[in-house]
Amino acid sequence: MPNYSFRVNGKTVTVDSWDPDQPLLYVLRNTLGLHGAKFGCGMAQCGACTVLLDGGAARSCVTPIRHAAGRSVTTIEGLGTPENPNAVQAAFIAEQAAQCGYCTNGMIMAAQALLDRNPHPTLEQVKSALEGNLCRCGTHTRILNAVMRAARA
Amino acid sequence: MATISRRAILKGGGAMVVSFAIGRQALAQARAAHTVDSFLAIHQDGSVTIFTSHVDIGTGISTVFRQVAAEELDIPVERFTVIEGDTATTPDHGGTGGSTGVPRGAADIRQAAATARRALLELAARRMNRRASDLTIEAGEIQASDGAAGVSIASLIGGKRFDLAVDPKAPLKQPSEYRIVGQPVLRADVPFKCTGRHVYLQDFSVPGMLHGRVVRPPTLGGELVSYDETAIRAIPDIKVIRIGNFLGVVAADEWAAIRAARELKVVWKDSRDLPGSDDLERYLRESPAADQVVVNRGDASGALSGAPKKFSAAYYWPFQSHASLGPSCAIADVTDAGITVWSASQGAFGLRAHLANVFGVAPENVRVIYMDGSGSYGTNGAEDAAADAVLLSRAARRPVRVQWMRQDEHGWDPKGPVQLLDVRASVDAAGNIAAWETEMWLPGGPPGERALAGPELAGMKQGHGQGAGLMTMNADPPYRAAHVRVVAHNLRETPLRLSNLRAPGKIANVFAVEGFTDELAAAARVDAVEYRRRSLDDPRALAVLDRAASMIGWRARPSPNPDAAQGNFRVGRGIAYLRYKQAENYCALAMEVAVERSTGRITVRRIACAHDCGLIMNPDGLRNQVEGNIMHTLSRALHEEVRFDQSKVISVDWVTYPVLRFPEAPPVEIALINRPDQPPYGAGEAASAPVAAALANAVFDATGIRLRRVPFAAERMKTMLARA
Ligand code: FES
Ligand code: FES
Repeated sequence: MPNYSFRVNGKTVTVDSWDPDQPLLYVLRNTLGLHGAKFGCGMAQCGACTVLLDGGAARSCVTPIRHAAGRSVTTIEGLGTPENPNAVQAAFIAEQAAQCGYCTNGMIMAAQALLDRNPHPTLEQVKSALEGNLCRCGTHTRILNAVMRAARA
Repeated sequence: MATISRRAILKGGGAMVVSFAIGRQALAQARAAHTVDSFLAIHQDGSVTIFTSHVDIGTGISTVFRQVAAEELDIPVERFTVIEGDTATTPDHGGTGGSTGVPRGAADIRQAAATARRALLELAARRMNRRASDLTIEAGEIQASDGAAGVSIASLIGGKRFDLAVDPKAPLKQPSEYRIVGQPVLRADVPFKCTGRHVYLQDFSVPGMLHGRVVRPPTLGGELVSYDETAIRAIPDIKVIRIGNFLGVVAADEWAAIRAARELKVVWKDSRDLPGSDDLERYLRESPAADQVVVNRGDASGALSGAPKKFSAAYYWPFQSHASLGPSCAIADVTDAGITVWSASQGAFGLRAHLANVFGVAPENVRVIYMDGSGSYGTNGAEDAAADAVLLSRAARRPVRVQWMRQDEHGWDPKGPVQLLDVRASVDAAGNIAAWETEMWLPGGPPGERALAGPELAGMKQGHGQGAGLMTMNADPPYRAAHVRVVAHNLRETPLRLSNLRAPGKIANVFAVEGFTDELAAAARVDAVEYRRRSLDDPRALAVLDRAASMIGWRARPSPNPDAAQGNFRVGRGIAYLRYKQAENYCALAMEVAVERSTGRITVRRIACAHDCGLIMNPDGLRNQVEGNIMHTLSRALHEEVRFDQSKVISVDWVTYPVLRFPEAPPVEIALINRPDQPPYGAGEAASAPVAAALANAVFDATGIRLRRVPFAAERMKTMLARA
C-alpha cells in the first residue's frame, strides 16, 4: 500500500492508504484517531470537516490524502485541550457557543484561520469568513460572539 | 450485551445500586421508574451519577438534571454526572421531546433526590443521635445545628443503595431557598466539544466493527432488479449484502465502504407514485381525510355566515427536513443473544421497542445505548440508521457502524409534515375578532410505530404510523373571541414519511393564526400590539408582548409602514405572540426587517424576544435554547422546503436545500422573565413558533405584501414586489 508522510499537529506521521484519493478526513479520523474533524456532507458544502492545511482553512472531506503529503495539518486537537484551550477555544467555552457542537470544529478552525490572517476582524468580516460553515442548532449568535471575543483577546 | 448490569456500568464508582440482569421483572421495575436507585447512585468518593432516559443531544438539559439533584441534595453540582438513555441501566421516564425535559425529566429526578435527602437525614439522625429536623446539608456534609461533628453523605450511603421508592410527597425545597437551580451553571460537555475531545456517536467504535453504507434506490419506492460487483472488485475487503430491495456494503475501511456503495452497478426499477411538491396544496385539499374537530366554542360557522364583514386567507407550511448537520449514525451488534445498538435517538426505550417489534426479538434482548450525536429536533434519521445497522450486522455477523451520507439524510430522513390552513374570521364594529375558524389539511393517518426505511426496503412487516406530535395545537387564536372552531382534515396517506420536527404543527399554526391576526389588525387600521393587547387578559401574556415591543422600540401605528422606503430597501417591523400549547410558555417576538427591492432578499436587522417559561432553571442554558429556536426557525421560514418529484426527494444537499448562513444572522436580544412562583416549563420549542409570523408581519409592514407561504425565498418575494 502506498504511504504518505505529513505533519499533524506538529508531529510527522506516515500513513498507508489503499486509495490515493481517500479524503484526509477519513485518514485523520480512522487511521490517526483524531475525531475532532467531522463528516457532514463530503462535498465541501458545510464546513464540519475543516482543518488547517499549511495554516489555511481546508475542507478535509475533499482533500485527497496525496495532496496532504509533505504538508502540515492542524486539527482542533492541536489547538488546545479541555484543561488548556487556546484563545479561540477558550472564547467558545466562555460564550458557551455550542448546542450539539457537531459544527463547532468547523467554526473554531475557520475562526482560527481568519484570526491568523486578520487578528482584529469586524463582525461583518467574521460573518463572511464563516459563510461556508453551517450550524443547524441555531448557535450563530453565540459563535459570532465567541469569535469577536477571541478577536478582542 | 443485553445482560450487562448496572454494576458493570458503574465500575470504578463502587456503587451498589440495583444490580439486575435484564429480565422481565427487572424490566418492569426499570420502566416503572419508581425507585431512588433507578435515578441516583451516590459513590464512595462523594460523586453522584444520575440515570435518566431523557437525553441531552445538545440542549443542555443534562445540566439542569445535575442542578435539580444537586439542589435537593445540597451536594456540589460539579460532583454529578449523567448517564442518559441506556435501556439496560436507566429508568424509562420518557424520551426527549415535546419540551418535556424540564416538566417531566427534571421533575422526576428532583423527586428522587428529595426522597434521597429525607432518607439521608434520617440515616444521619440515627448515626449522630440528633433529630432529623436539627440537621442540614452543606456541600455534601450533613451537619447538626448544635455544631456537633457532621457526617458526609458519601460515608453514609456511598456505594450502597437506598432501596426506596420515590415518594411523590417527599418535601421539596422552596424556590426561595434555591442556590443552584436558577444559576447559569456551565455545561460540562462544552470544553470537550470545543477541543475535539467529546466522543460523539459518530466517533465511537467497538472491537471488530465494520463500516456499512446503504445503497439506496434512486427513487423512494424503488425495486432492486440486479447488481454487478465487477466495478468494485478493486476495493479491498468489501462485502455486498442484499435483503429484498435493501442493498448495502460493509467493509473494514470506511472509505472502502463509501466507494463501494457509490460505485456498485445496480439496476433498479423506478417508482412514480408521489404527488410532487409543486402542487401539494391541491393534493392536500383533494386527498381522502378523516375529519377531527379540535376546538368548538360558540357557533363559529353560524356567526361567520351571518357576518357582514368577513376575512379569509390560506397559509401554507411545506415539508421540512431535520437536515441534521451530521448525517445519522448507528452501531449495531447483532448476535445470537440479541441486539445491542448505539444510537443518538431521542428515545432509547422507544427505539428498543420498535427494533424488537420489527426484528422479532424480545425487548429484553435488545439494548439501546444513547450517545450524543449531531443535533436533532425531534426524530431525524437516527432510528432508521439504527435499523440499517441491525440489518447489516445481522447479515455480516459482525458489529457494523452505519453513517448516512448527505443525500441519505436529506433524501430519506422522515420529514416534518406539510400543512395547509384556511383561516376565516369576522370582526365586530371595533375590528376585534368576533368569530374565527381554522380549517387545516395535513398528513396524519393513524399514529403508532413508523415505518423504518431499511426494513421497508427489505420487505419486512412493520407499522406505518403517521403521528408527528400534537399537530393541531395553537391553531385557535389566543385572543378573546365568542365563536371559535378548529377542524383538522387528517389525510389518510402521506407522500413522505413523517417525523416530529421542533414544535410540530404549532409552528405552522402560529404562522397562520398570528399572520392572520395581523391581517385583521391592519384591516382595522389598528396598531398590531394594541390590537392584540385589547383582546388579552392574562398579565403574563401582556408582559411578554409589552416587553418585546419595548425592546424593539415599537411605535404605535397601523401597518404598513408609511415611511418604509430607504433607498433600495423597504423597512418594517412585526410582532407575534403565543402561549405554547395554550398552556405552557408565553413568548412574544418582534423583529425589524429590510426587504431589498431589486432582489427580493429579506434581511432581518434585529430580533427581540420576551420569554416566560415560569421558574427558570438555568438562564444561560435557557438563552441558548431560545436563541437556537429563533435561528433554526428563521432558517426554516426563509429557506427550507423539501422538494420532490413523482419519484424522489430532489432537495438532497445544502445547495438544493439551502439553510440560514452567518451573513443573514441578525442580532438577537432576549428578555427572560423569571416566575419563581410558577411551574417550570421546557424551552426547546416555544420560541420557534412565533418566528415565521413575526417575520411575515414585518415584511407586510415594510412592503404591504402578505407572505402566507413558507419559505420566504427571495425569488418569490421579488416576483411579488414586481407585481405590487
Ligand atoms: S463535511 Fe466537509 S464540508 Fe461538509
Ligand atoms: S451546534 Fe449543532 S450544528 Fe451547530
